[in-house]
Amino acid sequence: MIEVLKPGLLTTIQDIGREGFQQFGVSVSGSIDPLAHKVANLLAGNDIDSALIEITLTGPHLRFHGQTLLSICGADLSPTINGVQQPLWKPLKIEEGDILGFGILKEGCRAYLAVAGGIEVPEVMGSKSTYLRAGIGGYRGRALQKGDRLTVGTPSSLSIKMGNALTRNPTTDWSIPHQLIDHSRSRTIRIMPGNEHGQFQEESREALFNQSYTVSPRSDRMGCRLSGPAIQTETHRDMISEAVTTGTIQVPPDGQPIVLLADRQTTGGYPRIAEVASIDLPRVAQAKPGDELRFAPITHEEAQRLYLQRERQLRELRQGISLKYV
Amino acid sequence: MDYSLRPLGDHALVIEAGPSIDHATHVKVRSICSAIERADLSWITDIVPAFTTVTLHYDPTNLDDPGRLPYETAMNRIHMILSSTPLETDKEPRTIEIPVCYGGDFGPDLESVAEWNALTPEKVIELHSASPYLIHMIGFSPGFPYLGGMPEEIATPRRKEPRLKVPRGSVGIAGSQTGIYPLESPGGWQLIGRTPVALFDTEACPPGLLQAGDRLRFKPITAAEYKEMEANR
Repeated sequence: MIEVLKPGLLTTIQDIGREGFQQFGVSVSGSIDPLAHKVANLLAGNDIDSALIEITLTGPHLRFHGQTLLSICGADLSPTINGVQQPLWKPLKIEEGDILGFGILKEGCRAYLAVAGGIEVPEVMGSKSTYLRAGIGGYRGRALQKGDRLTVGTPSSLSIKMGNALTRNPTTDWSIPHQLIDHSRSRTIRIMPGNEHGQFQEESREALFNQSYTVSPRSDRMGCRLSGPAIQTETHRDMISEAVTTGTIQVPPDGQPIVLLADRQTTGGYPRIAEVASIDLPRVAQAKPGDELRFAPITHEEAQRLYLQRERQLRELRQGISLKYV
Repeated sequence: MDYSLRPLGDHALVIEAGPSIDHATHVKVRSICSAIERADLSWITDIVPAFTTVTLHYDPTNLDDPGRLPYETAMNRIHMILSSTPLETDKEPRTIEIPVCYGGDFGPDLESVAEWNALTPEKVIELHSASPYLIHMIGFSPGFPYLGGMPEEIATPRRKEPRLKVPRGSVGIAGSQTGIYPLESPGGWQLIGRTPVALFDTEACPPGLLQAGDRLRFKPITAAEYKEMEANR
């Protein structure tokens, strides 16, 4: 069991998302940075899509009742166990009564805390993800609060073996491939033209690549709101609402683009200048208010090829970890 | 049937059924949805029908054929299914009755909608509940229906100042559209009434009462009937 001593700014339970219900207007939700989510789970010996804790900007303080194994990936919020600094992207051992805390934000925006066995909350429509706007899923449909008590699932045999190895030798002699970490550190976001790309003024289309955009404090799990040179359409034409996706860059009438994230609505009516390549969504996820983003073009083919390549790297990491602890 | 395909990001594709919102396009959208649902494709994670399009969200790792990109494989499979699809839906459209208590606390903007259109509040209710609406799509938020067919005589612009909290079940008008707020949320629609019926229930299967392609008819009820239905919910 995990006791929430301090909740942090916005700490929620997420899995990889709620699929199959967009036709009923239900957002997919799930972790904003799916890469850090998946790696965190693998490092705790979990299935890649197990439910974990998503932490935003200011971390929580958590007391662990019972020993376990965990890992923290994504943003560096100076994690500590009983006050001692801990590394990211590594399996970590936790003893009964230990307190996991977080300090200053050094890099990124969202950290992912996976606990061996995953966080046990009831599934709502096939997913454990918190969908804040509808108040469903996760822990009582809301962000964690002081005094909440989270149940942890049964650890896999791999988690137990990894934990035993850490008891014998507290430092792991291996680390995960750099490509799986470095991707979230660059601030260049590769994009493909959106369906209404041709409706925008040429200067606006150029501005998107030649100038940088600042992440606005009004950003949330629904969208990363950017501020910078206003993007204008040639003529004001009302588009017929249709489906949007995670990474869609919508431009409302004020000309300030919004990159849609996991809690996005299912359909939209604002013109779409571009779509972010899935491979770079973790970079958007880790951009905090005030950070600058730049855009670069990518083809649809290259975006798909790079995504498949990364998924293969994740499968290899999973196999690599299981082989080390046979 | 005629349609075209285009990608939406690198995880979705859009089937475009027609250029404008009309009945023929709606029937095509329904036919496409039925055909895709019947084919039961495991690589598709979500099917989202809209006014003129059907969007398929997919998992590229489930379409990882050597030498071919997932989008190409997806396109080929969709062409195969749609080439043998007749232009018809396999479902009779349902008509769903939504009881609404108009005016008063339930519809604080009924008077101003009437005034804007130089009608009596009674006439607004009569026009609003006269004929069934077509549910073109569900989107924006859980269970929110995009309804077609509201009489132009009651069209009213959105409120200048949106409300911070619109109660769940509120029925409103925005321009020439009408709709229902399935959840409490902020909103700028002119509120003319409220329904005690839950449009969205996570325990139900499917979780939404309304589906694209259904017809919806508003039925005026009294405040006493509203309270009774709410108590029995």
